[in-house]
Amino acid sequence: MLRVIKNIVGAVILLHVSTASAELSIEIIGAGENQIPIAIVPFGGEGKLALTIKEVVVSDLLRSGLFRMIDTEGLSPRDPADVSYPDWQARGAEALAIGSVAVQPNGRIEARFRLLDVVKQTELAGQAVSASGSQVRAVGHRIADLIYEKLTGDKGVFSTRIAYVNREGQHFRLVVADSDGYNEQTVLSQNQPIMSPAWSPDGSHLAYVSFETGHAVVYIQSLYTNQRKLLAGYSGTNSAPAWSPDGKQLAIVMTRDGSSQIYLIRPDGSDIRRITFSGEIDTEPNFSPDGQYLLFISDRGGSPQIYRMPAKGGSAERMTFGEGANFSPRHTPDGKGFVFTHRVSGKFYIALQDFQTGQMELLTEGGWEKKPSFAPNGKLIMFASEARERGILATVSSDGRVKQRMFTRSGDAREPVWGP
Amino acid sequence: MKKLLISILLANLLAACASQKPVEPEAAAPEPAPVVEAPAPAPAPAPMVEVDPLDDPNSLLAKRSTYYPFDVSAVQDADKPIVQAHAKYLSEHPDRKVRLEGNCDERGSNEYNLGLGNRRANGVKQMLLLGGARASQIETVSYGEEKPRCTDHNEACWKQNRRTDIRY
Repeated sequence: MLRVIKNIVGAVILLHVSTASAELSIEIIGAGENQIPIAIVPFGGEGKLALTIKEVVVSDLLRSGLFRMIDTEGLSPRDPADVSYPDWQARGAEALAIGSVAVQPNGRIEARFRLLDVVKQTELAGQAVSASGSQVRAVGHRIADLIYEKLTGDKGVFSTRIAYVNREGQHFRLVVADSDGYNEQTVLSQNQPIMSPAWSPDGSHLAYVSFETGHAVVYIQSLYTNQRKLLAGYSGTNSAPAWSPDGKQLAIVMTRDGSSQIYLIRPDGSDIRRITFSGEIDTEPNFSPDGQYLLFISDRGGSPQIYRMPAKGGSAERMTFGEGANFSPRHTPDGKGFVFTHRVSGKFYIALQDFQTGQMELLTEGGWEKKPSFAPNGKLIMFASEARERGILATVSSDGRVKQRMFTRSGDAREPVWGP
Repeated sequence: MKKLLISILLANLLAACASQKPVEPEAAAPEPAPVVEAPAPAPAPAPMVEVDPLDDPNSLLAKRSTYYPFDVSAVQDADKPIVQAHAKYLSEHPDRKVRLEGNCDERGSNEYNLGLGNRRANGVKQMLLLGGARASQIETVSYGEEKPRCTDHNEACWKQNRRTDIRY
């Protein structure tokens, strides 16, 4: 079920995770600089569940590239009093997770777990997580988040969700899934293209572009009720929705006045205000985390490049120079830089640039790599890629060291975006 | 399509039973050609039936696409006579309408390509307007890279996808 092949040459690890009822498969390449050796003991009572909490926690932690799993064979403490620290020290573990799970009469599951520091022989964290019986994955993700946060200092993102478009021939589905690609739910399914999903800041709604009426229009759909409404359906194209951080307005692109220009609009479709006037293609707006600025692309200088302007309107400043073209900018969660698609010599790369230095750093080797978006903790970037002649989802750590590729069941995965 | 078939049938019938006289593809019928039963052999010269020049496979009007180099949206010289022919036809047939569909290859972001496809369709629209078509006859739409005719990653494929389709 879980196969780890260690490359003889060096630190490259190829990991293949799959299950019998595989919705998708995941490959991980590379490793973090300092991997934390951790032992995850099977949870007491988890044999009664459809899938074990341990397997969810282990695969989450491994995907981050920051952990190394220590064998737990022959040792199965359920309580801190049962832990023999010297045994774990001998195996090289620095951290140890133990716990148990119980199915309650009403069908809910309740998991209790503790994270122990093997070196200092102390308890680092403890938590009880309760969920409905069908949410074993959610319980595992919560536990993995807590372990990740305690041991790395950064917030975990295993409980977050992603959205993407799946294309099979002429059939398009808008999909929401856990950040590991499992637990996928179809939000919209149709025989016309779907583009550019965008999460509302609270994760309750998706804005997206649909061609169901014959041209590009923008809808907003609730993920709780599935109800949706037309945000912008003016003549020409309506596209590229981006939410402001407070969720009170969106930037969108429309051609109703000629070329693709950026407008602000309220989520109820009111108060439309045009904020770019280049007459060229201005598109792919993205708000800064403080809501003060927009990054966008424009070909006003001849080729598509990234610009920045005040979100309320004003003059734009060019951000990218040099060879090639640049697309799809997104601010880093700390607002200090942005990630984007860089095209040069016929290849597409995922690149990162710092506002202060203006330096561009390529995070990937190049190919058909497009449309990056950050995990909420800023440590991982998801993007669209291609492998084995299929569109796939991929992630790269923000230091470029750990990469993973996620193969969906069928069709091409496109337009991914990481949600809250 | 149905209309096209009927018109072709008519043209063939006429050519067969009347004479070798070529059918003049100039003025088109203001209304759809009536469906006719196989005409009885007529001693008199065949009645004048006007065929919509749109249906003439030898007319420039039979060409319904313009093609572009990479990241270019201006109508190319090679395609200008096609667009001008459609402009003339539209100016002479104010009841006809066209939908201009701009498309792109996959070498950009989806959103940029949506903008580029819009610009390609608009370039054709401007030329149609200059040639006498009315704005009310023209609708433009962009599909960006979302509706490729060909899906391989090579220029042979890409050049088919960089196009504006003129649909009546």
